[in-house]
Amino acid sequence: MHLIRTREAQLTLAILAVLVLIAWRFPGFVTPGNLANVFNDTAPLILLALGQTVVILTRCIDLSVAANLALTGMAAAMVNVAFPGLPIPVIILGAVAMGAALGAINGMLVWKLSIPPIVVTLGTLTIYRGLVFVLSDGQWVNAHEMSAPFTALPRATFLGLPVLSWLALLGVAAFMALVRYLPLGRSFYAVGGNPSAAIYAGIDPGRTQFAAFTLSGAVAGLTGYLWVARYQVAYVDIAGGFELEVVAACVIGGISIAGGAGTILGALLGALFLGIVKNALPVVGISPFWQLAISGAAIVIAVIANGRAQRRPGRQILRKEAPA
Amino acid sequence: MTDTASPASRQVPDRLRSRLGRAIRSWEVLLIAVAVAVFTFNALASPYFLNAWNLSDATFNFTEKAMIAFAMALLIIAGEIDLSVASIIALASTAMGAAAQVGAGTPELVAIGLGVGLLCGAFNGALVTGLGLPSIVVTIGTLSLFRGISYMVLGDRSFGGYPTSFAWFGQGYVWWVITVEMVIFALCALTFWVLLHRTSFGRQVYAIGNNPTGALFSGIRVRRVKFTLFLLTGLMSGLAAVCLTSRLGSTRPSIAQGWELEVVTMVVLGGVNILGGSGTIPGVVLAAIIMGMVTFGLGLLNVPGIVMSIFVGLLLIAVIALPRLVTLVRARWA
Amino acid sequence: MMHDTVTTPPVLSLRGIEKRFPGVIALSGVDLDLHPGEVTALVGENGAGKSTLVKVLTGIYRPEAGQIEMEGHKKAFASAHDAEAVGIAAIHQETVLFEELTVAENIFIGHAPRTRWGLIDHRAMRARAADVLARIGAKIDPAARVGDLGIASRHLVAIARALSTEARVVVLDEPTAALSAHEIEEVYALVERLKAQGKAILFISHKFDEVFRIADRWTVFRDGALVGAGRIADVTEDDLVRLMVGREVGQIFPDRVSNPGDVVVEVEGYSHPTEFADISFDLRAGEILGVYGLVGAGRSEVMQALFGVTAPSAGTLRIGGSAVDIRSPADAIAAGLVYVPEDRGRQGAILGLPIVDNVALPSLGALSRKGFVRMAEEFALARDYTHRLELRAAALDQDIGQLSGGNQQKVVIAKWLATKPRVIILDEPTKGIDIGSKAAVHDFMAELAAEGLAVIMVSSEIPEVLGMSDRVLVMRGGRIASALTRAETTPERLVRDAAGYAP
Repeated sequence: MHLIRTREAQLTLAILAVLVLIAWRFPGFVTPGNLANVFNDTAPLILLALGQTVVILTRCIDLSVAANLALTGMAAAMVNVAFPGLPIPVIILGAVAMGAALGAINGMLVWKLSIPPIVVTLGTLTIYRGLVFVLSDGQWVNAHEMSAPFTALPRATFLGLPVLSWLALLGVAAFMALVRYLPLGRSFYAVGGNPSAAIYAGIDPGRTQFAAFTLSGAVAGLTGYLWVARYQVAYVDIAGGFELEVVAACVIGGISIAGGAGTILGALLGALFLGIVKNALPVVGISPFWQLAISGAAIVIAVIANGRAQRRPGRQILRKEAPA
Repeated sequence: MTDTASPASRQVPDRLRSRLGRAIRSWEVLLIAVAVAVFTFNALASPYFLNAWNLSDATFNFTEKAMIAFAMALLIIAGEIDLSVASIIALASTAMGAAAQVGAGTPELVAIGLGVGLLCGAFNGALVTGLGLPSIVVTIGTLSLFRGISYMVLGDRSFGGYPTSFAWFGQGYVWWVITVEMVIFALCALTFWVLLHRTSFGRQVYAIGNNPTGALFSGIRVRRVKFTLFLLTGLMSGLAAVCLTSRLGSTRPSIAQGWELEVVTMVVLGGVNILGGSGTIPGVVLAAIIMGMVTFGLGLLNVPGIVMSIFVGLLLIAVIALPRLVTLVRARWA
Repeated sequence: MMHDTVTTPPVLSLRGIEKRFPGVIALSGVDLDLHPGEVTALVGENGAGKSTLVKVLTGIYRPEAGQIEMEGHKKAFASAHDAEAVGIAAIHQETVLFEELTVAENIFIGHAPRTRWGLIDHRAMRARAADVLARIGAKIDPAARVGDLGIASRHLVAIARALSTEARVVVLDEPTAALSAHEIEEVYALVERLKAQGKAILFISHKFDEVFRIADRWTVFRDGALVGAGRIADVTEDDLVRLMVGREVGQIFPDRVSNPGDVVVEVEGYSHPTEFADISFDLRAGEILGVYGLVGAGRSEVMQALFGVTAPSAGTLRIGGSAVDIRSPADAIAAGLVYVPEDRGRQGAILGLPIVDNVALPSLGALSRKGFVRMAEEFALARDYTHRLELRAAALDQDIGQLSGGNQQKVVIAKWLATKPRVIILDEPTKGIDIGSKAAVHDFMAELAAEGLAVIMVSSEIPEVLGMSDRVLVMRGGRIASALTRAETTPERLVRDAAGYAP
């Protein structure tokens, strides 16, 4: 009974229900091959949701992830064009480092200047996106300009799955291990759940939030390379508005915006739910223009559900026995 | 401690400093200085700036956003935020467009625009105050939802064919270079100034923003006030939708994309504390004019819009960061 | 070996500790020695500085002056980690637990056992948690989520956390405040065990029975200073009460002749599912009703229900003979009942707003015409009431946050009187304010009663209850334990009824 009540179980059931519903009319959608495609398509969302999860766990929010992705992706593409001989691992490392640095800027502003995270990341969202234009001068980097190894990596298959999918799975495993086996991971929960108690336990909330933003930025940087390489194009508006989908995935996955509660599995399921709905829309004949409204409705419903789950009772003062 | 009054004179004076003395040290005075500087810079940088008609055109850069910013200022002072305002514009404009297709006249269109704005505000307000949910997440959700509905209706199409008389709001002139929007902007500024600074409702807004629990304990109906503020923000977004739709003469689902950020920046630049509790309408008016002139000036220098947005983002962070940085440095040195 | 008469050298010594907050000196020149294998009881009224001392000891606060010596070595704590590292552990009054984490994780957060690879060793952590829990006799699953535990179990987890660090000094800040009789026995047994292990224990308590039962030494704090210390064997309960209170009752309180009028307030059967039950009393005009009880007895909860902040599940309230339905503070103010809250910073004053706005806030309706505020009347009102309360401030447009605690309290009381109420509830009206302001507040309460207001005064300070009240209600565990007339009210009676043990 307890299991059914967890958000993860409910979401799994919801996802299965959606799949069954689609399979009933369009059996082709649920073949293993197509499901693998759907997963691969959702991989960037999953990766970003992982980073966003740890940020939200610490009572913050990172709205700059999509702009970070676009800026890092553009930088990676331009480096590849300028130095076609540069090994891909170097480019990937560079992208991760650059993403982490952009995330660290958010983190420093939140930690050292105590500026509300929503303001910081709304600001850096526009700044990073604007810098993509400055960097590229508004030009596109097209497929034929990129080197073959650069674009080949995310599509290369290994044991039947593309590298992009493997990286998403690896990311999920890494974040699960992080929040379970590293003191930093447990600190995310502690800081978000009870910041004053965290101080009593010798944990610095600001530093922990900084770490979360840096991590989120690093993941966005990695995803930036993967995105550009997979779609073989880089331009100013790539992943525009994607930050909202990422937040939606987390909120649907039961990550409490009040901090301190939620699981990596939940974030994964939230992202999968959105990914399946997105991919199913054209199949069942609904215009893809519905997708924004659907994720908006999903956020609103999930926020309401989370709010209900978190209502806490007052304190227990009354003794059972009457006074003597 | 400032309990310095001597025992002999127990009567506490009303005001510590004269109103003038206090005004001179205020954020608004700093904003006026910035405005003058921006104006001078623009005038020197471009020969086209000091032209009555150009300046009149420049006001379109801020009038519609400022209408929302006034209501948003009250909402942020009360400790909440509405990130869905630009999406409310999209939805209200779409509703007006759909009505125009079936031959609605100008009065009906205005009513629909304002009505949809009110409904959206009521939806946000009910979720935040009725269910006690955080306004940031709720309005991130409705940001997607409201604009999403516009996309559902319009897809990649657009609505046009508004009645000629409807163009008055966004394209009309009252006298010489004075546009209808300028007059609406001025009326809104005056109304919100009175509401915030002269009525008991305004006092309640400040009290809630400084200390919601204390306000509740002082007999203020906190949820009712906050709900009213969401309604007002929705209504002003509807009004902005009327003006913008009238000015553009067509509706696409991407209308006013990203405006929520500019509106919030305007409010914060105007000296409103993002955490609630303080801020003034004159400050927001000045911030609106500054942002409009900066945008216009950069436009005259052929700086593309997306690069301007970098300035907007930097401005937003810098305005909040600078005072904190100063305190931090001071504490370090002390 | 532990109980020989020769005093072992102290493991921890404090010398001249001083801690200031804006407007308050929380600790001044405090000396304290803790000896291995001994329990030192620390007693004092609310606001005497006990919890501040705990926070200094555990590295949460840094003292302005004085030194901390651990076995003769000077120590300075920059964070909670440092205090833990030298072997000081504390069980704080507030729960400092993480609901989303497991019991084992809560116990070991910040010092979890690691594997060779630096990862958290969950298996070892659970085993060691089970070990610590067994040591204190707690039957709690280390893998359970703390959010799913009851209050008593959480308390045991907090205790287990303190013991997991192999501390040599253990501080217990009112560990039995929220526990049942059976659970309290378990805590006593635990303290005995810690003693036998040679730990130095600082035991903070309100309750004299437990002090005499488990402590070896005593220390009394008053107004942030140590006023006495010694061996428990050499002291009586009366001595401790006298030291705690520190002044002769009646000296500084206004002389007042009580002249009760008609019944103004009738409360019948007020109950709440979890906070209080069967609260019935009445109150006459011109009367001051004291409400005494230990912290957490449910006094504020009852008063806030009367004021409309929380909804009672049952009960009726009559004001001036007619039943009133109060669903919000706004309703209560309209009915003529106002409440001056205990938590001044959060519930009473609107910090950040000027004095004049604070005073005018609940009276805005009367001060405005068609919604427009008459600012001249606003200032006139503020001038009038702050003058009556002898407010010391630079100007009425000054931010209330810049005033001292006592002057803030005067503004808060002024704002409520400006609504011209019939009933005023004052919740700990003199908590944490200086002596001068205290006297002003007391004089003013007497004046109000003389003018015919019905006054309810919630207070944990025995002299205040004795000095001000016409009648006293004592609350315990969410119920009225006794209702005393002025003649029946003695310090011993108050303490016993509140703590709930027979003499």
